[in-house]
Amino acid sequence: MIPALFVFTYLAVVLYVGIFAFRRSSRSESAEDYFLANRSLGTVVFLFSLFGTNMTAFTILGSSGHAFSNGIVTFGLMASASALIIPLTLFFIGTRLWALGKRFGFMTPVQFFRDRWECGHIGTLIFAVQAALLVPYIIIGVMGGGSTLSAISGGWVPYWLGGALVALVVMGYVFFGGMRGTAWVNTLQTILFLSFGAAALAVIGAGMGGFRRAAEDMLASAATAPLLTRERVSPWFFLSYTFIPLSTIAFPHINIFCLTARRMQQFKPTVILYPICLLAIWLPSVFLGVMANNATAVPSIAAKLEARKTLAAQDSVLNPEERARLRQGAAGDDVVVLLLNHYAPIWLAGLLGAGIMAAVMASDSQILALSTMFTEDVFAFYGGKERFGPAAQVHTGRIFVLGLTAVAYLVALRAPASIFELAVQYAFSGYSSLFPLLVAALFWKGSTKWGALASTLWTVFAVVAVAVFQYAIPAPQSGPPTTVCTLFGGAALSRTPGGTAVFGLMPVVPMVLISSLLMVVLSCLTRKPARQTLIRYFPQSKAPMSAAEHPRLT
Amino acid sequence: MRFILTTIVIAAYFLHQDFWLWRTARPLIFGFLPIGLFYHAVFCLLCSAIMILLVKFVWPVHLDEVASALQSEDEGR
Repeated sequence: MIPALFVFTYLAVVLYVGIFAFRRSSRSESAEDYFLANRSLGTVVFLFSLFGTNMTAFTILGSSGHAFSNGIVTFGLMASASALIIPLTLFFIGTRLWALGKRFGFMTPVQFFRDRWECGHIGTLIFAVQAALLVPYIIIGVMGGGSTLSAISGGWVPYWLGGALVALVVMGYVFFGGMRGTAWVNTLQTILFLSFGAAALAVIGAGMGGFRRAAEDMLASAATAPLLTRERVSPWFFLSYTFIPLSTIAFPHINIFCLTARRMQQFKPTVILYPICLLAIWLPSVFLGVMANNATAVPSIAAKLEARKTLAAQDSVLNPEERARLRQGAAGDDVVVLLLNHYAPIWLAGLLGAGIMAAVMASDSQILALSTMFTEDVFAFYGGKERFGPAAQVHTGRIFVLGLTAVAYLVALRAPASIFELAVQYAFSGYSSLFPLLVAALFWKGSTKWGALASTLWTVFAVVAVAVFQYAIPAPQSGPPTTVCTLFGGAALSRTPGGTAVFGLMPVVPMVLISSLLMVVLSCLTRKPARQTLIRYFPQSKAPMSAAEHPRLT
Repeated sequence: MRFILTTIVIAAYFLHQDFWLWRTARPLIFGFLPIGLFYHAVFCLLCSAIMILLVKFVWPVHLDEVASALQSEDEGR
């Protein structure tokens, strides 16, 4: 119960931060102030908040759970690949989006696409696809809040109440504080994440009698030694995973966040320190997840290891229900919480529980991004702003936040989590597939709205096709993947235990490549935007354009 | 300089695919950190160093100038 009190205190603090941000906001109630904090975030808040916005429940809970089952490969797959790709995309794309936002007053990527490619309804389609890929994220956030609060309180807070409390707090500070409140809360969350890693490592390491003995014990056992190498994962799978971080800059909550910096200089510390922040959070999470395989003194972890052993030994003779029960029992998403509960003093477990709660509550920026997109790309675009005025636009955004959070909570109460966990997996590949839109719009004069349309439709088709394929073909229990289609003697399309493989690669690779190809081919075949539009985005001379040449849209 | 930095970034991408450490856990760095994990931790530091070079040598100054001009206009009003 004491850890839950720490979490309640944390929830009260973040709610207060949102209300404080509301009191600090300008009295004019402009959309730019509510949705983008008046493009005025300073260096520290911009760095920590951008990083925190991109860290979700998966960062601490999911990464350690993945490492518990798959070993050290988790770090190379998800952290070090991002350490290279994400800062590069912030450097080359984030800065340009920020500059265009300053020049033309854009608040969403769709506004930029509509102006750059002179398209209206294609922009609406892009909005719809982006929104559809983002919604599962928000629902997963509410679900994670409910189950984490319930776990931390030892079941004292039921799932429905935990989910309601988390949804209310997130809704409260997003509703009142808008982008300013969300950014401040994310900054606080990132500071908690960063403290979490070092503290958890020290406490659990001491409790386990040092990691040296644990590492040697794991290497001595045939069952756990492979977890300290990457032999269970193919190098091709590892290579194809580097396409996933391309999704980051294409996520609306990230690219909208790029517009909030006061000056472009603020990107400098962000791109430099981003890999180090990733290292500080992911290394302890992954390492603890791997070391949990040796924490047999923790009864719940010993039960997980036993379930895994039974699965490996009797997989082929188990009935589906028994197999599902054992798989659930062997899952490691809560191993860090279990290690903390066992080894950390109760007050520290509470403090670290608040850190975990901070990670779980990352759906705030997605809710705000969706609200920004709805009010700018739909409400304002279809005349609502002109008819009802700018103040109504902010009110609409706030009502949208209320409605969206309420719907997410109701869905989280009724639907099984596994559906949305899968949808989030598809969302990463989907946003990676939308990445060529940003690159083409920013860097290629010859790109057209028809190329953008083809890439977007391909993304929809590919995401749906992968979902249907994985639904129709059951995952193999263990061993080699089920090959569905062969080409030139090799497996072209396979169903793997974790998903789908296309020529041994993750589906994200063909999705991005074909999306890029469609953008190029369709753009070459269709009419370019007007010369005046191209001049505004691609000035002929290398001399900087004067401010007068860049009339703002708003 | 752009050519050198492009080469460095491409080289970093290949360095991420460290197939030469794929099947080995030893040596354990500091006695407990498998070499494959240590390698990728160092890789993160390398990425940070590459970003320092990019910021120093190919920062898109031209984008900053227009935005600063607009900002000065706004502040002047």
